[in-house]
Amino acid sequence: MSAAAGPVLDVRNLSVALRTRAGLVHAVNNLSFALQPGELLGVVGESGSGKSVSMMALLGLLPSPPARVSGGPVMFGGADLLSLPPRDLQAVRGRRIGFVFQDPMTSLNPVFPVGFQIMEPLRQHLGLSAEAARNRAAELLDLVGIPDARRRLGDYPHQFSGGMRQRVMIAIALACEPELLIADEPTTALDVTIQAQILELVRDLRRKLGMAIIWITHDLGVIAGIADRVMVMYGGQIVEMAPVTEVFANPRHPYARALLGTVPALRGARAARLRVIEGQPPILRAPPAACPFAARCAEAHDRCRVANPARHAVGPGHDVACHLADPARLEVAHG
Amino acid sequence: MAEGAPLVEVEGLSMHFPLTAGILRRRVGAVRAVDEVSFSIAAGETLGMVGESGCGKSTCGRAILRLYEPTAGRVRIDGADVLAADPAALRALRPRMQMVFQDPQASLNPRMTVASIIGEPLIEHTSLDRAGRLGRVHELMDAVGLNRAFAERYPHEFSGGQRQRIGIARALALNPRFIVCDEPIAALDVSIQAQVVNLLEDLQARFGLTYLFISHDLSMVRHIATRVAVMYLGRIVEIARRDDLYARPAHPYTQALLSAVPEPDPATEAMRQRIILRGDVPSPANPPPGCAFSTRCPQVFARCRTERPALREVAPGQFAACHLHEARDTKTAQNGGTEARGPAPRIERVQQGEPQ
Repeated sequence: MSAAAGPVLDVRNLSVALRTRAGLVHAVNNLSFALQPGELLGVVGESGSGKSVSMMALLGLLPSPPARVSGGPVMFGGADLLSLPPRDLQAVRGRRIGFVFQDPMTSLNPVFPVGFQIMEPLRQHLGLSAEAARNRAAELLDLVGIPDARRRLGDYPHQFSGGMRQRVMIAIALACEPELLIADEPTTALDVTIQAQILELVRDLRRKLGMAIIWITHDLGVIAGIADRVMVMYGGQIVEMAPVTEVFANPRHPYARALLGTVPALRGARAARLRVIEGQPPILRAPPAACPFAARCAEAHDRCRVANPARHAVGPGHDVACHLADPARLEVAHG
Repeated sequence: MAEGAPLVEVEGLSMHFPLTAGILRRRVGAVRAVDEVSFSIAAGETLGMVGESGCGKSTCGRAILRLYEPTAGRVRIDGADVLAADPAALRALRPRMQMVFQDPQASLNPRMTVASIIGEPLIEHTSLDRAGRLGRVHELMDAVGLNRAFAERYPHEFSGGQRQRIGIARALALNPRFIVCDEPIAALDVSIQAQVVNLLEDLQARFGLTYLFISHDLSMVRHIATRVAVMYLGRIVEIARRDDLYARPAHPYTQALLSAVPEPDPATEAMRQRIILRGDVPSPANPPPGCAFSTRCPQVFARCRTERPALREVAPGQFAACHLHEARDTKTAQNGGTEARGPAPRIERVQQGEPQ
């Protein structure tokens, strides 16, 4: 873990534009956030909200073209990830930043045994001998709860079930004891009982290893159970950022409120009818000049359609990108 | 709507896929995807069918509509014996029973316009002329909330939620009585899921539809279903009215499943006592002897490993296949004879429906 008390990761004004057949799409716009050591930041948003693209961009994992990453800096361990030479970035990825993706079958190589795939970063980044790497790999598989770990090092990905494969992915991500783990929808492809196992594992690993985690998901239930802080994304920007209890108890952005309202409850009162957010999420052909949610927002007013709101603080560690939360506006209303 | 009269009756339905080996394709076993499943659905009712991937819920839905040729069992839909029907009779039955698929991207032909996709069943099953068909297509597009002006567009020009509306309009084209909805919202974003579920509910009220709603989303099933069946490894382990099942799940698997669903409330999540199941679902090609859930059940005892529990009524209208309930019964009844109850699968009684 970094010695300084500052944030592990500090992202400033990150923007990503993607060149598609239909033209330029401004997938991420002016994203700024900081991650504290040991913190679990949940990132929620629907498909196309820019949550995955932004994380891929700061890791330098987006091919360019079609992607065009601008803004920054993205400070990690005293260096700007966006301006690091590819070789140095390679040394950061997998060693100091680990990542886990949604589908373990496509991220594991089917023709190599899982032991080899766990040992690869250990030998590459830490320069361990084959013997030492093998021992460490067995330890890691054991850590993520795979029974009979040493014997299973020689097995291939297809010999593991979905949940076990995701455990292998987590073992690879944790191999070099990263300061930061980025998990992109790591439990979305799994069944609920297996998801419960993985969430339990992550809680346990956080206690043991204490790394900072960015957890991307669209499942508000998962976020409620594991996150310290939540970042809600819509239309390529952050619309609300708050401690987890605040987001659920006191959501301030109309989108965050509506999103929480559309999810049916498993217990307690059952709504006769589900609340709906009418319309579709936007596809941003131009950098947003107005609030991206304005077209679907029940509380939108004239200003929302001409100016993109800045993020206004509404409480400790809680800010909202909405004109309704603009202190200047509140003064006018009260005065 | 006839109160309580079952529109769909399924008895002892089994769908086994053969496993073959070698160049002679010798049969070496079978995947018991669906194994002796029985239930009924009252007219106007929605039966939710839940379970994890591989439990056989989708196969069950398809076998009922005879998109597969089931290995055994009997299916009656609206009075007609679906499994016994010859090809011509089956074709005549098709308009009554339709399906909405999970992935609207894969289930819509990308080279057909929306009008021709929705209108295709009309060519097959009605004598409407071109103008008549287009009129009906427009009606259906109105009913599912699609703009008529887009009738000549192609599926890729629509968003996921709109594509699912196209699939629903196609299923409605022939005025069906029964629709199997196979994970209809699984591929959609959260804010779009609610739109599609509300649409399905509106259409049910308007056209008196009966649904089999297959989903792994327990919260959404609680919203839409009137009764719920829980499947595990090809069998129904519990079936009950929605409120009974969610408030007092009787089967240990149902209990674990409900406990595993994360809830969007940090306070509840912090307090929750979760039942974390160990291990994975066994292979349906080689199910454990006795109760299929015995390998993961936190309350397993000796009998579970040798004897398969029958589905039996544990509370009024609530059926569960678990020896725990039988053991409890024996104790309370003080009757040694109860233990000798045969392991033969029990056919669930037709129940009072609660049409919406």
